[in-house]
Amino acid sequence: MSGEAKSAISKEVLWGGGRSPFSVSYGKMMMWYFLVSDALTFGGLLIAYAFWRASSVDPWPIGEQAFRALPGLEGEYPLAYVALMTFILIVSSVTMVLAVEAGHRNDRSGVLKWMGLTVIGGIFFLGSQAWEWSHFIHGSGGCFNLAKEVTITTPDGDALTLPAGERVYMDHHFGHLMEMHIQDPLTVPISEDGGHVVLTELGDHPHEAHLHSLRINKYIEDETELEGDAMMTLWNARSENFSFGAPIPGLGADWGGINHSEYATQQGYSNFFFFITGFHGFHVFSGVIINLVVFLMVLNRVMERRKHYEMVEKVGLYWHFVDLVWVFVFTFFYLI
Amino acid sequence: MERDDLIVNDSYALNAHHSEEEGVAIRKKIYLVTVILSVITAIEVGMGVMFKRSEAFTWTAIKWTFIVLTLFKAGYIVMSFMHLGDERKNLRNAVIIPYFVFILYLIFIAITEGLAHYGMDQMFH
Repeated sequence: MSGEAKSAISKEVLWGGGRSPFSVSYGKMMMWYFLVSDALTFGGLLIAYAFWRASSVDPWPIGEQAFRALPGLEGEYPLAYVALMTFILIVSSVTMVLAVEAGHRNDRSGVLKWMGLTVIGGIFFLGSQAWEWSHFIHGSGGCFNLAKEVTITTPDGDALTLPAGERVYMDHHFGHLMEMHIQDPLTVPISEDGGHVVLTELGDHPHEAHLHSLRINKYIEDETELEGDAMMTLWNARSENFSFGAPIPGLGADWGGINHSEYATQQGYSNFFFFITGFHGFHVFSGVIINLVVFLMVLNRVMERRKHYEMVEKVGLYWHFVDLVWVFVFTFFYLI
Repeated sequence: MERDDLIVNDSYALNAHHSEEEGVAIRKKIYLVTVILSVITAIEVGMGVMFKRSEAFTWTAIKWTFIVLTLFKAGYIVMSFMHLGDERKNLRNAVIIPYFVFILYLIFIAITEGLAHYGMDQMFH
């Protein structure tokens, strides 16, 4: 792929004008300069995140405790979904570099095949990100704050005192049913049955939901799951403020409001998460569009008329850059 | 002096062409890099699931391992997939050196000031 870059230029003629001292075309060099500036933008954003985190007095959320769901499956699979997303992006980067390689052999059908797969990979990544966002926004099923100080016994047998205002997270399924009633929380028919809280929906679709467990320290420390008596003690000490996932503006205090939301523990984390992954997702989206445009150009035999496929190489640079950014986002948001 | 090196029209792009045999070797290298990137990602995910965050020294070591592995991946993507490693040395330097000068300074200043801010918060909390 080096081509011209490997051919020797004598010192006498190097600065004589008429050729690029980098031995690349103008377009490719400008793509590199754009990528340097874009990399500085992303670097600046990630460093702002580092600043926020280094200066934060409150505990910081743990990546593998915030992101551990898989679509359609119950249970917890820490980092599995984001590993899948990373793999999709790496594979689409590979198909892109294979398209560039095919272009250098003037293999039109090869370019079409690999670029088509790259576009599909990009669309899969965007879809995965949409699911992950919606899941993260929706949250764990809801949380409430303790109205007073409570002492409970943990599963390890230790006595644990929780201050008033401590955040307690509800079971996913229970939280979702609770959500339908939350605008008038005091009239929700709730009963106790054998150490469980039972919510009975009296609407058109009779349905019972059992609250089996509550969680404390979710996202920020090694979380503790509480059942039985400890759970009932916490449940009975709840304040009237329930919230579900991220607060929805304009829905009033019953929805918890921003200070009671699931992410109130560390708003900075979710702000940076949504901004940086959103900005990256926008790059993926524009990359998919540009790839599609070049795909159509190849389909219309534009590159055959030009006798070279450098355009594929240039969009390839942009596409690999998108993968490169994700490698860093992955490390700093999910792993560290 | 007679110039025979002048670049006209699309010669740079045309010069990047390679034969079928060279293509086989290049594809082999691409697949090798794919395997390396996948393995590093798998190691990172495994470590992420296995180790819990803590105040201990081991966590600091793990954190730096993550960063080093990430830089390895980034290096492979830039040098091999973006084939900056195949370009002229002066293009490589024009891209990499200014970037690192800016970014290392930014990292240094943001972490330093962030920690100083953390100290102030602790003091006046």
